[in-house]
Amino acid sequence: MSGLALMTWTAVDGWIVAAGVLSAVACALPGNFLVLRRMSMMGDAISHAVLPGLAIAFLITGSRGGVPMLVGAAAGGLLTALLTQWIHRLGKVEESASMGVVFTTLFAIGLILIVRAADHVDLDPGCVLYGAIELTPLHTVPFAGREVPRVIIDLGAVLLFNLGFIGLFYKELKLAAFDPELATSLGYSAQGLHYALMAVVAVTTVACFESVGSILVIAMLVVPPATAYLLTDRLGVMLVLSVVLAAASAVTGHLGAVLAPRAFGYPGVSTSTAGMMAVMTGLFFLAALVAAPRHGVLPRVWRRRAQARRRVGEDLLGLLYRLEERGEHEVRRAPRLMREALGVGGWPLALALRELRRAGLVEARDGELHATEAGRVAARNLVRSHRLWESYLHRHLDLRDVHAHATAERLEHITDDALQRHLAQRTQHPPQDPQGRAIPPGDEPAE
Amino acid sequence: MNPMPMALTDVLRALSLTDYNTRLVMVGTLLLGMAAGAIGSFMLLRKRALMGDAISHATLPGIGLAFLVMTAAGGTGRWLPGLLAGAIVAGVLGMGAVLLIRLQTRLKEDAALGIVLSVFFGLGVAILGIVQQQPVGHAAGLEAFIYGKTASMLARDAQLIAATAVLVLLVCGLLFKEFALLCFDAEYARTLGWRAGALDAGMMLLVVLVTVIGLQAVGLILMIALLTIPPASARFWTHRLPRMVAVSMAIGGASGLVGAVLSAQRPRLPAGAMIVVTAGAFFLFSMIFGVERGLLRRGVARLRMVGRVRRQNLLRDIYEWHEAQRLPTAGADAPVAATAPIAMADLRTAGRRWSPRELRSAVRMAVRRRLLVAAEGDRVRLTAEGETAARRVVRDHRLWELYLRTHADIAAPHVDDTADAVEHVLGPAQVERLEALAGADLPRPAAREAQP
Repeated sequence: MSGLALMTWTAVDGWIVAAGVLSAVACALPGNFLVLRRMSMMGDAISHAVLPGLAIAFLITGSRGGVPMLVGAAAGGLLTALLTQWIHRLGKVEESASMGVVFTTLFAIGLILIVRAADHVDLDPGCVLYGAIELTPLHTVPFAGREVPRVIIDLGAVLLFNLGFIGLFYKELKLAAFDPELATSLGYSAQGLHYALMAVVAVTTVACFESVGSILVIAMLVVPPATAYLLTDRLGVMLVLSVVLAAASAVTGHLGAVLAPRAFGYPGVSTSTAGMMAVMTGLFFLAALVAAPRHGVLPRVWRRRAQARRRVGEDLLGLLYRLEERGEHEVRRAPRLMREALGVGGWPLALALRELRRAGLVEARDGELHATEAGRVAARNLVRSHRLWESYLHRHLDLRDVHAHATAERLEHITDDALQRHLAQRTQHPPQDPQGRAIPPGDEPAE
Repeated sequence: MNPMPMALTDVLRALSLTDYNTRLVMVGTLLLGMAAGAIGSFMLLRKRALMGDAISHATLPGIGLAFLVMTAAGGTGRWLPGLLAGAIVAGVLGMGAVLLIRLQTRLKEDAALGIVLSVFFGLGVAILGIVQQQPVGHAAGLEAFIYGKTASMLARDAQLIAATAVLVLLVCGLLFKEFALLCFDAEYARTLGWRAGALDAGMMLLVVLVTVIGLQAVGLILMIALLTIPPASARFWTHRLPRMVAVSMAIGGASGLVGAVLSAQRPRLPAGAMIVVTAGAFFLFSMIFGVERGLLRRGVARLRMVGRVRRQNLLRDIYEWHEAQRLPTAGADAPVAATAPIAMADLRTAGRRWSPRELRSAVRMAVRRRLLVAAEGDRVRLTAEGETAARRVVRDHRLWELYLRTHADIAAPHVDDTADAVEHVLGPAQVERLEALAGADLPRPAAREAQP
């Protein structure tokens, strides 16, 4: 927080962040559908291919900004979408390859046009890449009685347009994203929707690149929606989350641009806001990749571990029950023997034991490990499942001895009461398992 | 301006007169194009064409960091091998990130590429932002890696590029068989006991190497073009992998050479963009004229097929019209004489409904092939040759109908349509087999079978 104190927040910062948030949100909204339709790279392609459109519009009109640039850029974007489809279908070139051919060639043409005209043109290709978000507050126009940067008004308009598009076609977009065939068979034109979405992406790209640069456009189109996709399974929630993430990336990105260089030992230096905003989307994504509740890496590992622990605990209870059955005591005293009997290493066993103790299922008495009353009930239930399974496998599938035991060992952990009752019925309530050991009675009275 | 002769003389002048440095640059871009074309072919077939895009964008933070580290260590920061080492490390990290996202999340390849590309590039831009405010180290040249700038290349740099390109080509040649199998049947490669994962990683490492040496010449944004366009163009010329790789290498090398030569001739033609536009031109040419999958060839084949179908339909219509005209006293087995004149108006409504234009073109074609001659009063009649051909077409059609009815279990009302679609592509061998299958039930073209 000391870093924040170093930074003096001014109206300039306010407008820069506002521009960043507006463009980020405007991009993230249609980006959700790109990610769902597996066309993320289309954003990349379109944002590169606007360059020749811009260059041509500029060479014709001789002025930066204004309607001709917008039209030229949108034409470049749509041309990419059309040519990619056209080459893909007509030339039978794989779609991603055809995209690679189209946008690089268009970008190269744009680059040549701009460099050729560099004498009398103040159009820098770097400007297309990084944008000039830092210059946001320089051009202001009066709006609602205040001087407001022009960029803010432009971006606000695009954001409203995108909101309107998604609000209007929400149902259709949703259907086309998840089941294009069904959408077509219901009479929505998935093809038409595809080009409408491409047009929206192109317009958004064009409106945003001037302020934030194409690289941030690509980041905002893809990364926040992809992050949201890891956090939820519902489209509505995903849209909202992606918007929140995009806005948060924009705000923290600007802070990062000012503060990060200092943190890394470059005092008095600030860096590209657009670049840092992209980095922030990446950090949020990384966080989701690692920790997202359902789809994150850590929760998945943790769930697997918890499951394994539960199994070890159940096996341990089962072991205690069988020891009691056989009247053996020495294993109870020696953790090493217990490890051998269960075939599990010390660490998972210790964790499982702790959990069982906490749940009040086992207790240590006179240096021996015993199941409590509740533990004994659970253990009996487990052993009952195991032996019923062995009987069933023996009788109906002709699996014997080791094979039946190994299979029953796995199945006992996923057998609930209803299944157990069903098993007992199918095996006609045998008193003993195939090895002649007693099958413990179930909870309910036998009929 | 007359660009063609100008360009030609420019090329000649560049090849003969330019200084040692420029010529080295040209050899460098030539070899670069060849190496990218070779390894790009495998990437295209593995459906990873855009992987190179993520890798090349991912190199930027590596370059920036290498620069910062080298200046902090007191160097100039512009030492190429150091910068390229940074780029390689960052490229491999980017590739690893793509694989990690694809394996560990439910996101697909496209999103993984988009994420890595934009986030790494954003990080690179942020680091360059710091670099540019450094008082030491001549940071200005780093921009050359984004757009490519052969003018900033020294003879040393060109030698490094050429040597690495040759190395990549050699490895591609040595592992050709392995890479080919990996492209077409990775599972089979695994059952052969090959370490498919290691091979895959090796292939990707080659892509990183090519990308990194291409940064200076074409720039990281356009590097993907050299990896994608030559193989995609080569695909139009051949179906065989060794030839495809060779054609792709030729196109890549030619693009590199021509692009570099053109850009060396004029003051303001960026080399990277020129190389890519040249490759784009090769692609367009290949897509139209490619002998295996080119539009022209496929278009001609389709037109031929359409013409043949129309001609055969016309012959069958004429034959069946005559068949229907037979006197009822003639038995079903009586031969049909189909050489009498028939009015165009009758033809138009016989069998299928012809549009006037289609009918005219079909008649014209048949006349040109001497199957049909015009008779007086807007009528046409079959020649002897035409009659034989018509008999054969009708026979093929009915054989196929019979087969569909007896062997494919298709209901009688539908067989006509289905037979219609297939009869035109039956070869002599298939007809022979159909005849054998039909055996005694062989329908004579003379006798239209009664529908059961």
